[in-house]
Amino acid sequence: MRKLLQREFAGFITLALFLIYLAFAAPSFYSLGNLRDIALANVSVLLISTGMTLVIVVAEIDISVGSLFAICGVCGGLLARGGLPIWMLPFAGIAIGSALGAANGGLVSFVKAPSIVVTLATMVAWREALNWATGGAWVENLPANFQWFGLGQAAGEAVLFSATAVLFLAILWASHNLPAFRSIYATGSDAEAARLAGINTKLVVFAAFVLVGALTGLASVLNAVRFSDVPANAGIGLELQSIAAVVVGGTPITGGRGRLMGTLIGVALLGIIGPALTYLQLSPYWEKAIQGGIILVTVLFDALASRAEKRPALA
Amino acid sequence: MIPVLEAVGIRKSFGGVRALRGVSFEVCAGEVHALVGENGAGKSTLIKIFAGALQPDEGEIRLEGTPIEHLTPAKSKSLGIAVIYQQPALFPDLTVSENIALAHEPPTAFRRIDWRKRNEHAATLLSRVGADMLPQAYVSSLSMPEQQLVEIAKAVDAEARLVIMDEPTASLGDRDAENLFRIVDELRKSGAAVIYISHRFEELFALADRVTVLRDGESMGTFPMAEMTNRDLVRLMVGREMEAVFPERNCTIGEPVLEVRHLSCVSRGVHDVSFVLRRGEVLGLAGLVGSGRTQFAETLFGLSRADGGSIAVGGKAVRIESPQQALALGLAYVPEDRRRHGVIMDFPVSMNTTLASLERVSRGGFLDFTAEQRVAEEYRERFRVKAPSVDTPVRNLSGGNQQKVSLARWLMTEPRVLILDEPTQGIDIGAKHEIYMLIGELAARGIGIILISSELAEVLGMSDRIAVMHAGRLAGVLDRNHADAHMVMELALGHAAVSD
Repeated sequence: MRKLLQREFAGFITLALFLIYLAFAAPSFYSLGNLRDIALANVSVLLISTGMTLVIVVAEIDISVGSLFAICGVCGGLLARGGLPIWMLPFAGIAIGSALGAANGGLVSFVKAPSIVVTLATMVAWREALNWATGGAWVENLPANFQWFGLGQAAGEAVLFSATAVLFLAILWASHNLPAFRSIYATGSDAEAARLAGINTKLVVFAAFVLVGALTGLASVLNAVRFSDVPANAGIGLELQSIAAVVVGGTPITGGRGRLMGTLIGVALLGIIGPALTYLQLSPYWEKAIQGGIILVTVLFDALASRAEKRPALA
Repeated sequence: MIPVLEAVGIRKSFGGVRALRGVSFEVCAGEVHALVGENGAGKSTLIKIFAGALQPDEGEIRLEGTPIEHLTPAKSKSLGIAVIYQQPALFPDLTVSENIALAHEPPTAFRRIDWRKRNEHAATLLSRVGADMLPQAYVSSLSMPEQQLVEIAKAVDAEARLVIMDEPTASLGDRDAENLFRIVDELRKSGAAVIYISHRFEELFALADRVTVLRDGESMGTFPMAEMTNRDLVRLMVGREMEAVFPERNCTIGEPVLEVRHLSCVSRGVHDVSFVLRRGEVLGLAGLVGSGRTQFAETLFGLSRADGGSIAVGGKAVRIESPQQALALGLAYVPEDRRRHGVIMDFPVSMNTTLASLERVSRGGFLDFTAEQRVAEEYRERFRVKAPSVDTPVRNLSGGNQQKVSLARWLMTEPRVLILDEPTQGIDIGAKHEIYMLIGELAARGIGIILISSELAEVLGMSDRIAVMHAGRLAGVLDRNHADAHMVMELALGHAAVSD
């Protein structure tokens, strides 16, 4: 347990305290319906944050995920309307997301452009391209089996939850047990040293962007099937949400370290604040302020922790 | 005569580690005072206290007899103490003259910058320290030795009473070192006090008036340099007699393992290098800094693309275009500047050891942590890495131990050819000896070793043959039995013709 919660400690304690407080101050928060709503709303955030964690661990950043999310959703809707078998939708989302992620990764890795600039450019470009193409119109008149994959709400939700859980656990497990993931940490920690150790660091960085793209594409489709239409302006602010979750989870923005368990805690912590405010009968305007406060506190905790670490331990 | 700087009973602890246990030290005007000791003996802590970067827990510092309280970096500077660290601490995106002016420039009327005066002043200083760069040159465009000279120019400019030099020659070739010695001598003649830290005994004997030896945070005493011998110093530093720094090696040299023919990488300044390396052979690669040794090694290892020539490994012609290919062919490269590239600081000893051979600690494509721990523990013991456990981050190890971890990583790949680039730079004599022993062991097991080193004694002591580079070309290859320091230097300076 101690090993599980080193750097994500601050987030974990805050989450635990907040949940205990809610149990006393607003017990109705714990109704099944409410918890399910919160989970549903955060499934896509968790998937994207998982990919974002790996991008941040390789010491890069991707702020284009919100735009990727919108494009994958609209494309998914159009494909479904065009007659694509409904079970293929998630795979279409993954394929489109991967392609867009590969464009980011290629520019960062092989053209050596800084990732913040590349993804800022693609964020704006894809968003505007989508606006131009759709004229802002939603994708409507979707086939009847689009919503919940035609399974009905209960079964559809079960599919969403289990797909997300299985993917998250698989990536969590892989991050500990696959040699390839160790290359990710090595590259983020010291790219030149990793290169000299025989790691293809360009490929590692490229792969991280493809992975976040794929997860964003999947998240977008899983999110879209909750509704009967696909909006053209989905995913605004998603990049900040996912980066914040990663940071609150204890992953330093400078790369090389960070763990997915922390990201899960980060997503949960930031995700429950909005709904909790309603139950505590506070103005929803507080949500962003509280989220900002939490980010600040984690970053401070992190700075203090790494200062303690830097003390020479051995002569 | 009152010493310029006097420290009495200095104690300093970090957490539970006592770095200094009551050290007293003094340095007088017009004196070069050598400070020696193994890594971790407390040299760096002591000079950081003099520089005001650290506060002592106990003890007193007096400057020309006056006790100084709460020394800060700014105060230390204003009192005329200049510190030149091992790694130059300059602003890379500013010019040489701006760097010099930032350290010390008298205020002008209306705080206006007089660029002409500033550049002229910098030019004078640079010529005084024997540097031939332009004052308008950006520091990022300078080589390491040139940056070191700018640091020295800053100290000269400040007319420091006390100049502290922490291994100033660690990154210098022999010619630049000569220039440095001249400057140190001038500083002494001008009446400044100099504290000089170095692991290279020859230069201490040539330069220093007195020497203070530190061991485990305690002073072993201060002695006139003229009364000391190499052996005395080693004994005081390590507390034991060191019979021979270089191990006896009597191994059989086998068939060629690496053949390099006319290898060039013009963009990195490597031209037409040819040699043969055999199983069990240590080939020393000597040359001045900037002679292209590292560039050659990087070309060989696939880090830079060769644009001419051929390579054969184990008799088979190969192309090496990436480090992955080099690794697969059985080449391993322990780079220079291990602090930056040799190990991954965030990783523990175990993960650093296995990084280049993860397939050997995997089962069915998944990491096997038990196997990893076992293998890492094995190498830790064999390489005598001083770390509490294999889970200790390498950040917390000393330089010598980091180097051993880096060596262990490459050894685990079971290479046929091992390229070592300055493997003992900046590490203490005890750890050096252990690394020499390891190199000997590896050669005895049939690995061909290319040893790049700027220390002549090391090249002469360890190599079977010595290849000398000059200006990106191989100036000559000498046999160990017929080589001496003078011959190597002549070749390195480009004086001698190419010989076989």
